[in-house]
Amino acid sequence: MSATVAARYGQNALRALVLALLAFAIFGPLLNLVLWAFAEKWYFPSKLPLEYGLTFWQRVFAPRGNALGSLGTSIWIAVLTVIVSLAVAIPAGYALGRLKLPWRGLILLAFLLPQAVPNLPVYVNIAQVFYRIGLAGTITGVVLVHASHGLVLAVWIASAAFASVDASLEEAARNMGASAWTCFCTVTLPLAAPGLMASAIFVFLESVDEFTGTYFVGVPDVTTLPLLMFNASMGGNYQIASITALLLLVPSIAFMLVVERFLKADVLAMVGR
Amino acid sequence: MAAIRSEGPSRGADSAPSGGSAAAKPQAWGEHTRERRREGERLLAAFALVLPALLVVGVFFVAPLVLSAVGAFRDADGGFTLAHFAKSLDLYTRDLLFTIEIVVLSTFLIAIVAIAIAGYLTLGEHPRAVAVLRWLYRWPLFIPFVVAGQIMRTFLAKNGMLNHVLIGTGLIEPISAQSMLDWRGIVIAFVWKQAPFVTLLLAGAMASLERQHIEAARNLGAPRWRVLIDIVLPQVRGTLLVGLVLSFVAMLSVLSVPLMINPNSPTMITVDVAYRINTFADYAVANALCLLSLLLAASGAAFYLRHAVRKVENG
Repeated sequence: MSATVAARYGQNALRALVLALLAFAIFGPLLNLVLWAFAEKWYFPSKLPLEYGLTFWQRVFAPRGNALGSLGTSIWIAVLTVIVSLAVAIPAGYALGRLKLPWRGLILLAFLLPQAVPNLPVYVNIAQVFYRIGLAGTITGVVLVHASHGLVLAVWIASAAFASVDASLEEAARNMGASAWTCFCTVTLPLAAPGLMASAIFVFLESVDEFTGTYFVGVPDVTTLPLLMFNASMGGNYQIASITALLLLVPSIAFMLVVERFLKADVLAMVGR
Repeated sequence: MAAIRSEGPSRGADSAPSGGSAAAKPQAWGEHTRERRREGERLLAAFALVLPALLVVGVFFVAPLVLSAVGAFRDADGGFTLAHFAKSLDLYTRDLLFTIEIVVLSTFLIAIVAIAIAGYLTLGEHPRAVAVLRWLYRWPLFIPFVVAGQIMRTFLAKNGMLNHVLIGTGLIEPISAQSMLDWRGIVIAFVWKQAPFVTLLLAGAMASLERQHIEAARNLGAPRWRVLIDIVLPQVRGTLLVGLVLSFVAMLSVLSVPLMINPNSPTMITVDVAYRINTFADYAVANALCLLSLLLAASGAAFYLRHAVRKVENG
């Protein structure tokens, strides 16, 4: 009897230990980042920062500092990327989700290409072409690169969203005399809106976080938040890099906390079928 | 009710134009051609709706990819050459091998972590532990690679938190503390960032499995790890492979993490490509290196395709 009790205690202790190790593996690095963001002075061999403070935060958010400018650039690029992506993804998603289309699987697969093929050759060469036609170092150039990369999420999710709209509701509206366009705008689109919202959020987040494409195409005039963070880090300024990294973490973690509201298990199970 | 349009009901009968009695045949024939024309117009409209999106991918992704392949084989006069590949292999064979080792090892570790966590989420019998794990594992899910690089750069450094904790708990002597900012740092950053993604896919697929086989095996006394390996995993193999192939390709094309953690030789191919371009404007060798990494990615994709083909053959 006491042996089984001891075994159960042992099992509980082991379970707690594994979970604690995992918690350290996940939160340790994040905590380290937060410490760096508030460290005024921190050098070898002290375990914790010698002084805490907000001096670097003031410097980052100073009117002359370029963090606010980069934040603005990042958000502006992401908003434009969402607009471009959805403008082409909504018609495509509707056709793929609702209409009879030959080679449907092949077309869906084509949009996966930018995620399933290494992007570096694309960025290198598109930067060269953009340079020749004057799109290098412009917001437009960066938006086009981000949009082609985020399109797979936009099209796939939009297609699933349109496919889940009940066709009989559309038919009812058409029977009542609504034109195809009115029917789409007043019935189909509102019903698919939550799914489209999800794809918009995905595209927005991808664009805000994108580094390699902006690194090659945006040079030298477009500095987004990831680029600013990278430059600060390579310049050895860990405080500025950590503060910028924390800014980038806000949307990532906020989205992580609500992701399952947008991506249900049945959608996830569809991947790879 | 008067607003019902004459063509409304016929929409439901699209697929049955062959009906109609012998007496109404001429009229039905006319109806038939009109129906076919309408079908063709509908098809055209559907393609027109997809076309803009396909154009974006074609112009801004596929075309540059083709340019890359062409550039890798073209010499200064526009003729065909293999010199760029010879130079790439001459200078960067060690980095190619380094890249393969890192990406394969990371993919392997990601698979193990994802299977373990998703498996416990599906088969775990301690509700509180499952809830804690479900909340815990996802934190790095959407953290960008460039931020993961910065995080690990400070965490794994000689003076980083990892060493302080290891020393504090007495696991290592202060003197043996070392920086992990080499291949280990890259692998840790990759697994830290990418394992939650594969776990999310895998746990989703496992959650939608039928529970009866699992329950039956458990009732017969099979231990949980056997149920995981023999019953659950074979059914979600497709999802696991998709997640791993996407991670494999993503890790092959990441520039920021190796640049921040391990920029010195031997390093990953992406760093070499950036170096050829930024320092020498040497697009030819850069393209050859890109093509070689494409080849690596293709080997990963082939792995997946073989699985997909087998699935089709088995029905």
